[in-house]
Amino acid sequence: MPARVSIFVTCIVDQVFPRVGMAMAEVLERAGYQVEFREDQTCCGQPAFNTGYREDARKVAGHFIRVFRDAEFIVVPSGSCASMITHHFFDLFPKGSSQYEETEYLAPRVIEFSRFLTEVAKVDDVGARFEGIVTYHDSCHALRELRIKEGPRRLLRKVRGLELREMSAAEECCGFGGTFSVKFPEVSGGMGRTKLDSILATGASTVVSIDSSCLMQLQGVFSRAGAPLKTMHLAEVLASR
Amino acid sequence: MLMKPEQEEQIRRTVDNPKIQLAVYSATARLKEKREEAVASEALPEYQELRTQANRIKKHTLENLDVYLEEFEANVEAHGGKVIYARNGAEVADFILGLARERGVRMLVKSKSMTTEEIHLNQRLEHHHLEAVETDLGEYIIQLAHDRPYHIVAPAVHMTRQDVADVFEKNLADPRTEEPEKQAMIARRNLREKFLAAGIGISGANFLVADSGAVCIVENEGNARLTTTAPPIHIAVAGLEKMIPRARDLAVFLKLLGRSGTGQLLTVYTSFLSGPRRGREADGPGEFYVVLMDNGRTRLLADAEKRQSLYCIRCGACLNACPVYRKIGGHNYPGAYSGPIGAIITPQYEGIAKDPWLPFASSLCGACAEVCPVKIDIPKILLDLRKEVVEDRAVHGGGFVERKAFQMYGWLMRRPKLYAMAGRIAAKMARLPGAASIGPAAKWGSVREVTLPARKSFRDQWREREKSK
Ligand code: SF4
Repeated sequence: MPARVSIFVTCIVDQVFPRVGMAMAEVLERAGYQVEFREDQTCCGQPAFNTGYREDARKVAGHFIRVFRDAEFIVVPSGSCASMITHHFFDLFPKGSSQYEETEYLAPRVIEFSRFLTEVAKVDDVGARFEGIVTYHDSCHALRELRIKEGPRRLLRKVRGLELREMSAAEECCGFGGTFSVKFPEVSGGMGRTKLDSILATGASTVVSIDSSCLMQLQGVFSRAGAPLKTMHLAEVLASR
Repeated sequence: MLMKPEQEEQIRRTVDNPKIQLAVYSATARLKEKREEAVASEALPEYQELRTQANRIKKHTLENLDVYLEEFEANVEAHGGKVIYARNGAEVADFILGLARERGVRMLVKSKSMTTEEIHLNQRLEHHHLEAVETDLGEYIIQLAHDRPYHIVAPAVHMTRQDVADVFEKNLADPRTEEPEKQAMIARRNLREKFLAAGIGISGANFLVADSGAVCIVENEGNARLTTTAPPIHIAVAGLEKMIPRARDLAVFLKLLGRSGTGQLLTVYTSFLSGPRRGREADGPGEFYVVLMDNGRTRLLADAEKRQSLYCIRCGACLNACPVYRKIGGHNYPGAYSGPIGAIITPQYEGIAKDPWLPFASSLCGACAEVCPVKIDIPKILLDLRKEVVEDRAVHGGGFVERKAFQMYGWLMRRPKLYAMAGRIAAKMARLPGAASIGPAAKWGSVREVTLPARKSFRDQWREREKSK
């Protein structure tokens, strides 16, 4: 068991949801790890990559590799960013290039937060307490690119006071999609509202996910619709006592 | 601007239309559910294995397409049929028109075919006074309504039974009814005389089987069977990519196609047609032609990565799974093919400059790739097409502000100190009056509330925490 982990606090968590980063660090520390935050980190390059700007994405990805190349474990509070690094860095760098090889070395050590807990630290119960009915939103890249489905639910079920209820559309996209959300606001908003209907039907008061970007989208849709629902990152729930 | 304002407006109208939203959402939900049941591991344990096989067969066939085309042609001709190569829609129409003229045919019947939709065959024929009657119920409704297919499997999915009643009332002599069964009867009665009078039957093809020289067609209504056997001439129009090597490969594809499309184990009818009626055979056409159409496909074949777009067996599963299709519906996609498969093949057939927004109209959720029976990596192709649009615009103009913004991003994200400072400034700026009304914030805010950046970023909080330790 490694005593030390590095955290990659994604740009959106850093700038918009710092509490998620703090919560993640707290949970990791509680699980017995020494947490390091490398100050030179910024972003994984996904916004540029997903919008078609490969050249700019490559530069940012290269920076990520430089910052983290000697870290033993890099824990990420986002399925989407973790997948960008572990899957799409390979699309950015040509096979045989030094960066491709560095990615091969780095990718196995970049792990999404919930997966780190359940598969590396091998804990399901982090000693959290949270009163309320919760439903879990499967974020697309975590679900379909990283195949994360049961882990976060297992962690949630162990939280004292928490009741987990499944929504029918758990696997349906929230409509965020990065620049898609501002390129096609009507469609994106409509997708969010469809999700809202499915969430409301569960009677849950809180929606939990492992991606802050989805939660930002959902919270925005809830507030606009006047729906009395809260969004929380899994790390925040697990840090509650 | 990626998209013309009219297109944007059209999309907004669809999203805001509760009737269409309900019709499309519930119909796709039904198809989606049925598919899920049909491919569940209890129902079909070998499902994933079949997908892998289907993918492999398609890959192999397209890599050796020249060989299989030759084999197919030789076998069709050995059975007394004829293969015609057509570079594009005009050549397909020319062939049909020429043959109709020679044989004195004034009217023809058609079974469902997306390939002929792709080339607007009906309009081309009508232009030359050759009447083409659609015989698939959904297509028949669409044709009467002067509409175009909304979904590659369920063309009239956007129409309610009341809509259908309206269309029939306006175009046919029968008394009005809103009962789907009765509507089907009306259609059938009206079509019967067309089948008898038609000089040519035109079908598509689900598969072209090289080792048998056969055309395989699946359907549920029996109209394709009639179309291909009742008239004296049968012409199958198919894209080159429909080829599979052997008849026994159908065991893989047929298991996947029905289940993925409608959740059926098999469609009601599966026809295997090779050549005209022979000797003592009771029925079948006297002449049998297969028109193999290119229309942009060979260009696509040249691209080793994106070539997989041609594996598609048009099951429609990706449409039903796609949250964007389910919002914007079929008619907002340019071209005959809608949904995820449309978003990747239309730009490749027509060139990316024509509708550069298409590959961007996706949240990259990946639901399409998850359900695709032949495992086309649709999100990956969307990403590649986005890259091509960006490159194209860098050369031919457009997207200047965005390009500069991402250059700036690429520059800033390699300078952690400046990035941290920019973050602090942005957090303040975002709180200035009017900040929400400009740029992306305004777009975001048009449909949902904006979350402001935190007053203190994680890195700043972390530094304080470390200091106080
Ligand atoms: S891309 Fe795949 S899922 Fe979509 S219609 Fe074609 S075969 Fe079916």
